Amino acid sequence: MDADEIRRAVTRMFHEILERNHGADGLLLAGIRTRGVPLAERLAEQIRQAENVSIPVGRLDINLYRDDLSERPRMRIRPTTMPVDVAGRTVVLVDDVLYTGRTVRAAMDAISDLGRPLRIQAAALVDRGHRELPIRADFVGKNIPTRQMELVRVRFNETDGIDDVCILERGTA
Amino acid sequence: MVATVSNEPEVFQGNAVPVPGLRRHVLDLDDFTAEEIAATLDNAAAMRAVLERDVKKVPALRGRVIMTLFYEASTRTRISFEEAGKILSADVINMTASASSIEKGESLLNTGLTLQAMGVDVIVVRHPHAGAPHFLARNLSNVAVINAGDGAHAHPTQGLLDLYTAREHLGGLSGRKVVIVGDVLHSRVARSAVWGFAKAGAQVILSGPPTLMPDPLTPGGWGAAGNNGVANPLANVSVESDLDAAIEGADLVMALRLQSERQQRGFFPSLREYIRRWQVNDARMARANHDALLMHPGPMNEGIEVSSGVAHGERSLIEEQVTNGVAIRMALLYQLAGAVAVEN
Repeated sequence: MDADEIRRAVTRMFHEILERNHGADGLLLAGIRTRGVPLAERLAEQIRQAENVSIPVGRLDINLYRDDLSERPRMRIRPTTMPVDVAGRTVVLVDDVLYTGRTVRAAMDAISDLGRPLRIQAAALVDRGHRELPIRADFVGKNIPTRQMELVRVRFNETDGIDDVCILERGTA
Repeated sequence: MVATVSNEPEVFQGNAVPVPGLRRHVLDLDDFTAEEIAATLDNAAAMRAVLERDVKKVPALRGRVIMTLFYEASTRTRISFEEAGKILSADVINMTASASSIEKGESLLNTGLTLQAMGVDVIVVRHPHAGAPHFLARNLSNVAVINAGDGAHAHPTQGLLDLYTAREHLGGLSGRKVVIVGDVLHSRVARSAVWGFAKAGAQVILSGPPTLMPDPLTPGGWGAAGNNGVANPLANVSVESDLDAAIEGADLVMALRLQSERQQRGFFPSLREYIRRWQVNDARMARANHDALLMHPGPMNEGIEVSSGVAHGERSLIEEQVTNGVAIRMALLYQLAGAVAVEN
């Protein structure tokens, strides 16, 4: 996907989010660090331009909730920040890629420790399949069928200086 | 759209920025790089945010067993480790020497081997003899060891929490003037703090009775430049016995606990003289920078090494140090538990 395709996908996602939730009332976008954060901010910015409402955007670090500490050790942890209380809100978890579903599971645990949201939904720019948990995304920018050998690399201007999505071969070093 | 890359897969997985260095144990700060210290302090900042929540619990270390093994009395360090472990959902078992088989004469090695056989993941040890944690680390193959204070040698978790607290208030530590005053000679707190602050680029001045100052570490003294092209990490550390001179323009003053037995052993003539010359009080703090900060590792002898007014004044960070201690220990436990899990 190039920058234009990403932009169009984000546009469709924000429309779907508003449609499903009957507007922007009570919404909270929670970007999962690292690249869920710029995606959440883009969604909020587009909603602000289209509807003239400002949706709070939180940043979620889920490393302390992962179930694979032994496989991904010694990670840098960064603070989780929520501009508003999650209690009673519709929290939309936002991540760049939906893959095994384990990140979303960890993110749901992380959100639950902050309070009791009204409901939790999940949004991802790319759904690449290969779920290992009974989790699905409510809002998907693009479904990209992949093999498990492959990696999906998402880059955003905010974090990487360029907007694109590529499929890469794993371990071809 | 398909391409090949030569990088490690982790490069593209946003959350996976590892802490530099391959660390199994935390024995002292002398083998920490400045980068590893900075990464640990960053993790502590995230842990500090967990401490401020209503629900102070995360599942990161579920199923891990942490043992605190204390051969010396302690309040804040032991409780701080226990709280840190419990907030991370580890099981924490406390063992004190006075209520265990150590009373029956079991050696440190055999105690360590016993705990290892029980499946303990991390041993947090405090011992009156310098090097005891290093000895355990050398002889146990499956356990991470954290030094919670060994003799007059090192207290690295205290050093890190001091650095964290200082960094939170001063921003960068490079070029900052840090005065450590008191019984530096017998202080493991000072020794670890010196390593930490020196590596962070601060200018460290040690002050106190000349009899309680350490000998110069290198032939040319503390301030000697390195040789063989290797910079002396302690090049910015100096000794100035006169506290009034040392404290001039300081950004941070760290007062150390004075043990009264030192006077009986003749290190200084009288407590009154010590108070007159080396107590951190309002008049002395006035010579430091106008927003200079005070730290003390505790437990405090109020009215001896530090006046009550300064200890409880607005520049005092003493209580914040305690809170930050929990965050630092959470960060270290998290980092070590991950490393142990990989090796096993």
